[in-house]
Amino acid sequence: MTDPETRLKELLAKIEDLKGFSREQGIELDQEVAALEKKAEALREKLYSNLSGWQKLQLARNNKRPTALDYFQLLFTDFIPLHGDRQFRDDPALVGGIALLAGRPVTVLGHQKGRDTKENIARNYGMPHPEGYRKALRLMEQAAKFHRPIICFIDTPGAFPGIGAEERGQSEAIARNLRVMAALKTPVINIVTGEGGSGGALALGIGDCLLMLENAVYSVISPEGCAAILWKDASRAKDAAAALKLTAQDLREFGVVDEIIPEPAKGLQESWELGLPAIKEALVRHLDILEHLPGEVLLQRRWRRLHALGQWQE
Amino acid sequence: MALFRKTKYATLSARPGAHKDIASKCPGCNAIQFKEELEKNLYVCPACDYHFTLTAWQRISITFDENSFEEMDAGLTSLNVLNFPGYEEKLNRARESSGLTEAIITGKGLINGEPALAGIMAPEFMLGSMGAVVGEKIARMLERAGSEGIGAIIFSASGGARMQEGIFALMQMAKTSSALSRLHDRGVVYISVLTNPTTGGVSASFAMLGDINIGEPGALIGFAGPRVIEQTIGQTLPEGFQRSEFLLEHGMLDMVVARKDLKATLSRLLRFHRRGGRE
Repeated sequence: MTDPETRLKELLAKIEDLKGFSREQGIELDQEVAALEKKAEALREKLYSNLSGWQKLQLARNNKRPTALDYFQLLFTDFIPLHGDRQFRDDPALVGGIALLAGRPVTVLGHQKGRDTKENIARNYGMPHPEGYRKALRLMEQAAKFHRPIICFIDTPGAFPGIGAEERGQSEAIARNLRVMAALKTPVINIVTGEGGSGGALALGIGDCLLMLENAVYSVISPEGCAAILWKDASRAKDAAAALKLTAQDLREFGVVDEIIPEPAKGLQESWELGLPAIKEALVRHLDILEHLPGEVLLQRRWRRLHALGQWQE
Repeated sequence: MALFRKTKYATLSARPGAHKDIASKCPGCNAIQFKEELEKNLYVCPACDYHFTLTAWQRISITFDENSFEEMDAGLTSLNVLNFPGYEEKLNRARESSGLTEAIITGKGLINGEPALAGIMAPEFMLGSMGAVVGEKIARMLERAGSEGIGAIIFSASGGARMQEGIFALMQMAKTSSALSRLHDRGVVYISVLTNPTTGGVSASFAMLGDINIGEPGALIGFAGPRVIEQTIGQTLPEGFQRSEFLLEHGMLDMVVARKDLKATLSRLLRFHRRGGRE
C-alpha cells in the first residue's frame, strides 16, 4: 500500500482528470467528482491529524504563517504600537502595543519573526535580547495599571544566546518577567502560535489561560539542541522531537494547555482567512470569562494552575 | 643479622583511579591537592583559590551549624511522565552514584544561630537539572519560609531544566518564580547563592531573583552555555566571560563572596532581615 500522502496526490490528480474530461466531453460527472473530493478531504484530514512532532515543528516554523504584527492587525482594531524598554533600546524581536479586541482595550505582545531572510536579520529571527523582555515587562505593568487585559503571542526559537544578551542579563530579564507575571492583577491570555522555544517563550508565557494553535509546538529545548546534548548527534532531532512530546495535542493531554485552536487543512499558512476567525473567537470567549474575575481571584487561580504542573512520587 | 635484607616496598593498590580517593587535581592550576587538605580548606585550592564544586551534603556541612539541618520532603522522587527513552536508567544511575533521591535537598537549619529555610542543589545528581521534583521541593520550601516568616536561601548548581521531563521541566521555572512572588509579597528575604555552574532555566528563574544575589568566585553563571554562544556568533569568548566577577561588573550580582566568608555573610544578612526588626 502506498503512503497516504502519495494516495492523496493521486486522488487529487484523478479529480483534475475527471473535471477536465467532463469539460471536454460535455459529460455530467459532478456526482463522481464530489464523491472523490469528499474522499480526498477525509484523507487530507487524516493525514494532517497524524503529523509527527517533527512534522508539526516544520509547520510551526513555516515562514508563511502570520507573525505577531499580522495578528495585531488582523484580529484587533486600532492597534497602536508602543516601543522601547526605557533603559537600553527597542528590541525589534519583541513587539507590542495597545489595541481593541471586539471593542475592548487590551495590551498585545509577541515575538516577531520575519517573513524572509532580510526581515529575519532585522528581527533577529524572533529571538529577543533582555531589552525585549524588559519592554514586555514595562507594557505588562502598564496594562495592569489601567486594568487592561494582556494577550501574549508566543513564537520564538528562544531567547538570543549572545555576548550582549549575557552582558545585559538575559537570565535576569526572563526570571523577572516570570515573577512579575505571576502577580499581575489583570487577565493574561497566552497563545502559542508557532514555535514555543524554551525560556524565551515562557517569558511571555505565564497567565490565566494557555492556548495553542493546532500545529504549534512548545518545548523545554529545541529537538536539535536536545539531540546534540543527549546523543551527541544533532541529526537525531526527529527522535528528540518525538521524545519531547512537544505538540499541542501532547500538551493538551498533559493538561498543560487549556484549548487547541483548529487550523485550516494543511495548516494556517495555507489560508489565513479560514484560520483567523477561530483564533479571535477563542480569545474573545476566554476574555469574557476572565475579565469578570477580581484581581485576587486571578492570582489565586494562577498560582494553583502553576503549582499543579508536574507529577512525582511521594 | 641477615646480610641481604630484602628491601620492602610499599605497594599501592592497582585499582585504577585509587589515587582519586586521597587526592584531586585542581582544575584551576593542575596542582595535586590532598583531599584532607582540601576539606580543611572548604574545598578551595590553597594554591590558586579555585573553588571546587561541592556536593549538596558538603555544602550543607560547611554552611549549617553542626547537627542543625533538618531535611524536608526527602521522599519526593521523579516519574518518567513523558516516557522519555532512557530516563529511568539515568535516574537510577544518578541515585546510585550520588546516594541522593533528587537534584536538590531542602530543609531548615541554623547558620551561626540564625534560622533559615534552604534549598541546596546537587550537581552530582544529573548535573543538578530541574524537573518536577526540584520545582515542587523549592515551592514547598519557599511556602514554608513565607508562613514561618524565616528567610530562604537557595544554593544553585545546575545546568538548567531537565530535558527528559519536557514541558513540565520548563514549567518549573514558572512555578518556582511564582512561589518567589508570593514570598516577595510577604516581605520575607530570599538570598540566592549562585555556584559553579548556574545556567539555563535555573539561572533564568529563581537563581537570578534573590533580594540579594551572591556569586561564588569563578562560578560559571549565564543563560546560554558558552559553547552555544560560540556556535551562534562564530567567535571565541573573552577570558572570564560569564564568570561571577563578570556578572558583578555587569550589575547582575550584589557580591562575590569567597567560600571561607560565605557562612558569616549569610548569617549577617539573615540577621539584618530577621522578622520583628532590631535585636
